[in-house]
Amino acid sequence: MKIGILINEGPYTHQATDSAYLFARAVIEKGHQVSRVFFYHDGVNNSTRLTEPPQDDRHIVNRWSKLAQEHSIDLVVCVAAALRRGIKDENLAPGFRISGLGQLIEAGIQADRLVTFGD
Amino acid sequence: MSEGLVKKFMYVNRKAPHGTIYALESLEVVLIAAAFDQDVSLAFMDDGVYQLKKGWNTKGIEVKSFQPTYRALDDYDINKLYVEKEALEARGLTAEDMCVPVQVLPRAEIGKLMETQDVVLSF
Repeated sequence: MKIGILINEGPYTHQATDSAYLFARAVIEKGHQVSRVFFYHDGVNNSTRLTEPPQDDRHIVNRWSKLAQEHSIDLVVCVAAALRRGIKDENLAPGFRISGLGQLIEAGIQADRLVTFGD
Repeated sequence: MSEGLVKKFMYVNRKAPHGTIYALESLEVVLIAAAFDQDVSLAFMDDGVYQLKKGWNTKGIEVKSFQPTYRALDDYDINKLYVEKEALEARGLTAEDMCVPVQVLPRAEIGKLMETQDVVLSF
């Protein structure tokens, strides 16, 4: 099954992105495909390479980058939401790209399921 | 883009128009979605019913009022707007307080509509 994921909350304050990450891994382990992860609202804050959590904490941004690279997942950050929050190409972590909301709708059309993680 | 594939998209709005950005950013998705020729409907539940309450005045919080955008939805052929009956009643509101024509439905009926959707996006 082809799964699309929508993440609406930022890292560390809310559990949404952690749950989405664990869900994505489970999806892949079960032999399904995660076609695209779309970051919206404060979810865009999951994409900045300036993120530096304490050493003993999980690195939410880097683990998305790694998962995307290993499983060819398209990590898309909403441009309007990103620019509002100071996220630009120059501070984007590897594997993420900035694009429009149309990519979210397209994920909804093309995936068998679109799963939302929010507050 | 998938040519000719039409899916049923429902946008569920549960939050007050101000205090958080969810209502505004949800509306932005709805407008973009209109360009994709999908079957679109909107549900307003819980505090989300305040998004449609007539007569916003946002001067005091120094943000632009985006209520006119709800009235423009019809221009984009988005006219399936469902409002939760229980949420209106709990807040002392009626369909007459809404700034656009809506269909007021009991919560359970909206639940049934959700079951018929391909994609439900909740903001």
